[in-house]
Amino acid sequence: MSKDPVLQPTVSLKKNLTIALAGNPNCGKTTVFNALTKLRQKVGNYPGVTVEKKTGRLELSRGRNLQVVDLPGTYSLSVRTPDEEVAREVLLGRSRGTPRPDLVVCVVDAGNLERNLYLVTQIQDLGLPIIVALNMMDEVKSQGRQIDVKKLSELLGVPVVSMIANQNKGIDDLKSLLEQEIKADYTRRWRMSPLLEEDLEAMVQVLIDKGGLTRPEAFFESLMLLSSAAHIPDKAYAQHHHIMFSKEVIDELNQINARLVRQGVRARSAAIEARYEWIKFIVKEAVIDTLAKAKNWTHKIDTVLTHKVWGWVSFIGLMTFMFYMIFTIATYPMDWIDSTFSHLGAVVEQSMPEGDLRDLIINGIIPGVGGVIIFLPQILILFFFIGLLQDTGYMARAAFIMDRVMNKVGLHGKSFIPLLSSFACAIPGVMAARTIESPKDRLVTILVAPLMSCSARLPVYTIMIAVLIPQASAWQKSGIMLIMYLLGIIAACTMGWIFKKTLLKGQKPTFILELPPYRLPSFKSVILQMWERSRLFLKRAGTIILTLSIVLWALMSFPRQDNVEPAEALRQSYAGKIGQTIEPVIKPLGYDWRIGIGLVGSFAAREVFVSTMNIVFNLDEEAEETTLRQAFKQAHWPDGRPLFTPLVCISLMIFYVFALQCISTVAIVLRETNSWRWTLFQLLYMTVLAYVAALAVYQIGKILGFT
Amino acid sequence: MSDSEKNYRLLSNLKVGETGEVVEFVNESALSQRMEEMGITPGEKIEVVRFAPLNDPIEIKIRGYLLSLRREEAELIKVKIS
Repeated sequence: MSKDPVLQPTVSLKKNLTIALAGNPNCGKTTVFNALTKLRQKVGNYPGVTVEKKTGRLELSRGRNLQVVDLPGTYSLSVRTPDEEVAREVLLGRSRGTPRPDLVVCVVDAGNLERNLYLVTQIQDLGLPIIVALNMMDEVKSQGRQIDVKKLSELLGVPVVSMIANQNKGIDDLKSLLEQEIKADYTRRWRMSPLLEEDLEAMVQVLIDKGGLTRPEAFFESLMLLSSAAHIPDKAYAQHHHIMFSKEVIDELNQINARLVRQGVRARSAAIEARYEWIKFIVKEAVIDTLAKAKNWTHKIDTVLTHKVWGWVSFIGLMTFMFYMIFTIATYPMDWIDSTFSHLGAVVEQSMPEGDLRDLIINGIIPGVGGVIIFLPQILILFFFIGLLQDTGYMARAAFIMDRVMNKVGLHGKSFIPLLSSFACAIPGVMAARTIESPKDRLVTILVAPLMSCSARLPVYTIMIAVLIPQASAWQKSGIMLIMYLLGIIAACTMGWIFKKTLLKGQKPTFILELPPYRLPSFKSVILQMWERSRLFLKRAGTIILTLSIVLWALMSFPRQDNVEPAEALRQSYAGKIGQTIEPVIKPLGYDWRIGIGLVGSFAAREVFVSTMNIVFNLDEEAEETTLRQAFKQAHWPDGRPLFTPLVCISLMIFYVFALQCISTVAIVLRETNSWRWTLFQLLYMTVLAYVAALAVYQIGKILGFT
Repeated sequence: MSDSEKNYRLLSNLKVGETGEVVEFVNESALSQRMEEMGITPGEKIEVVRFAPLNDPIEIKIRGYLLSLRREEAELIKVKIS
């Protein structure tokens, strides 16, 4: 009955092989990748999608060099998520810029063998030589089970290496296997019903003979067609799979489909069930119960951490702790960075001759770059905690606990951590949204994340509160702060809900989420991950910030005015002209052109508002808060009305709650969405929201008789 | 209703600690295929381990590992109570 030819792909000993690492999420694939490549890694993106592409080099004996491609972790290759699509395209050799791998190392969580083998059977069908790396063997033991590795290897028809990658056990075995010639004698052992098998084979033949596909490709596409609703490649299918079929092929497929319908067989899930049946058999043969008592740590921990009461207590406690650490620990390096940069400015001032270049460096580049670097400690600590939450398995529990709440606004439980992180800084928040599989949910999360009040807004809130209520008590201050934070949260939820209902309408997000066993984190991989993410941020934001700092400096310094007061020079500069030009637009919010300059300047970063205001009101750069407050108090409109009335202060604070005044966030969103359209959309909607809200507050306030 | 039919229920109606055997999906869709790919296939033993603090989603055990589903997803799975 079997018409499948025996696939005998062989890996020769040619010098520059490419191997791909594949595996389910939570199987320890990253640990294996790190152990194989050490730090010889490169992180980038796959063309056209925002899936991270990680490659590394593995040096073997006799000067052999392997390129290792770390595929995104997926449960299957059915192309429902961008991750799966990338994995499939790479494995079929259709991904631009990535050679088809000569060999696939499938990392398998031995403690979760059945589900992990599902992907292995799919990859086997692609006709590539495979090594199975049976990871986390220690967990099998504590489950009271044992795996007969030899038997497993026989049944699968591929070499199997057992390992505990986080203890560096088995890595050398894998390496020495990679030194040898790998052969794969693979015959497909899973079978659907004879009728379906016949139809499948007919489809495969059509795709090979008339569609020009290779056998593995044809087999894979036929299976995909069989599992799709219509069993024929319609336009959507073709687009999704990057495959165009001729009319002839479609006609023939239509005939096969008609036969399928006549036969009345259930085809859509037949392959999935057949694979699992085969896996069940393998597991029955190769897994032995040792009768040792199983240790169920995860269950005991979860009894507390997802408890109706203690679950909330520990969840809120953990999040509070995380933020406490971010805001306390981070202040030390932040002060240090701050003083280093001002010291640097002083050194440059003394050692360079006066002139535009010196001015550019001290007033443009150093404060601009320093303004970004200063947030690096917070970003690092946040990434550290995110890595820790992910590695221990708590991240999935946080999503499990919060999903009901997030579901109310149409979001996914996994959106919670990115949104929460954005309270410290939107950048790690936006980057943390990568864990959300559904592209639409991920985009919504990214779009609303910067509405959460980040720490860069604090200096603006602080100065405005000081002007608003000079002798404010701690309670009044924190009360107003709290209102600002709440406004951000409400806006994020509302906008998220609106986007889900309109622009990004789609299927309700599903919540099929694995809750992996709790595991001790590997600090090495957490630190590595933290460093990688931060480097990405610095690289991307750094260049844009540098450019923009220079532009802003130029706007505020030219045309040059001699012998005038700094404030007057600023008034006549390009920035001053911009401020005056936009005055009619911002006047309804209660702002004059001087505040306008602050708004323009703080587009680089929100806290720049304060330093720009210092220049505008003719103060030293390092002016004390009280003096700036007094300068604000004395500022007047030309007709003598005070400028910073309470209503204007509130209107300004509201503006800063909603406006996307942060070029680093724009840069990161562009990187993460890979789309100028969405990046500009976000900038636009947040600016409009900020404008309308500030306008409403000021105008309604005036009508109600406030000043 | 025969005795055997009484034993069929939707997964969403199971209490914590109850186990059953997957019978079928109420309707076939991309979503049901995804659940099958995660190992929820007919004939397989399934256990409701716990509910989330707000009662939704639910946590199940299938093929020896833990998976969480929303209630509306669990409504698609017909199980036979053992």
